[in-house]
Amino acid sequence: MKARNGTEWVFLLKKVADQQDKDAFTELFEHFAPRVKAFLIKSGATQTMAEECAQDVMVTVWRKASQFDPARASVATWIFTIARNRRIDMLRRDRRPEPEELVWGPEEEPDQLDVLALQQESDLLSAAIASLPEKQRIMVERAYFGDLTHSEIAEQTGLPLGTIKSRIRLALDRLRHALS
Amino acid sequence: MITHHLSDRLLMAYSADMLPEAFSLAVAAHIELCDDCRARLASFDAIGGGLLEGISDAEGGGMGKDALAETLARLDTGEPANSAPAPRLGDSILPETLARYVGGGVNAVKWRGIGGGVKQAILPTSSAATARLLYIPAGAAVPDHGHSGTELTLVLQGAFADETACFKRGDIEIADEDMEHQPIAQPGLDCICLAVTDAPLKFRGVLPRLAQPFLRI
Repeated sequence: MKARNGTEWVFLLKKVADQQDKDAFTELFEHFAPRVKAFLIKSGATQTMAEECAQDVMVTVWRKASQFDPARASVATWIFTIARNRRIDMLRRDRRPEPEELVWGPEEEPDQLDVLALQQESDLLSAAIASLPEKQRIMVERAYFGDLTHSEIAEQTGLPLGTIKSRIRLALDRLRHALS
Repeated sequence: MITHHLSDRLLMAYSADMLPEAFSLAVAAHIELCDDCRARLASFDAIGGGLLEGISDAEGGGMGKDALAETLARLDTGEPANSAPAPRLGDSILPETLARYVGGGVNAVKWRGIGGGVKQAILPTSSAATARLLYIPAGAAVPDHGHSGTELTLVLQGAFADETACFKRGDIEIADEDMEHQPIAQPGLDCICLAVTDAPLKFRGVLPRLAQPFLRI
């Protein structure tokens, strides 16, 4: 299958949200379900458990598609956060309280230029992760997928997080402005 | 204006879901008050997304051959996701995530006096770490203590100062085991903060130490 970029995944997820488009969902499933499954296996789940949970995660993607905000996350990041929550239930880990979400009102559509910029920066970040030196990449991967204690997590990765942060900050400022 | 923020290390550990519940609670509560850390957290979540994207199709062995059909069959059943949101419990003092642990706003906190006008309420988290709300009258000192682990203190009302700096609403102090400090609530409003420890605090001086097992501080 042809590799998709961040903006294309956003487009497919929007079709799921707006039109309950099953072809778009199928494409998302074929790309992300095996990745979520691998993520859960790396976190200590069995094959059977991971397969089942990956399906649950994709059902959640379908149901919550309209809550996805493309000015603040890539589709991969959003699915990662859903899988992370599922992993807590599945592996009976400590609860993880979350900050209350800031949500777009029904009238508010995120700015298209913000969306495009965030998605492009997310693509760059993914590329930067892929090109990290092997040792460092494994370290980061173990921090997120494995069971490193937080003192072992690498502090310095040299990844371009600053640009994404500023972009998200801008989106949040606009959102706060729209809400006030 | 918040000047004391979460560290990269804490944000990354929270994003990767490697923190005990009590620490996650302090991180989440700070983020509700701080858009800057909310944006920084989103950038750490983006690493998780980048890593997920970077997994190859074959790595987890792929999905079973009926998996897609099974999932598609589930899409039209079940309840819609947009059920009514839970009622808000937070107020101008307690962020929503904290209010859920208290079961209401600041008036619902069940304080217990621990001497010197200082009051506390321990929140129901897993035993890996302890989260407590502290109420310190303006001008009063929290008993002098060191830590045997990390302590996070998030100010919710008023302000406190210790040897290092002054902390106001939304500020979070990260103290490690090398630090012995004596926070003093500043004049004005009584100080309310969330304090999280991953090990029992060590009090200096005999009396507080004797009291420690009873107070769970």
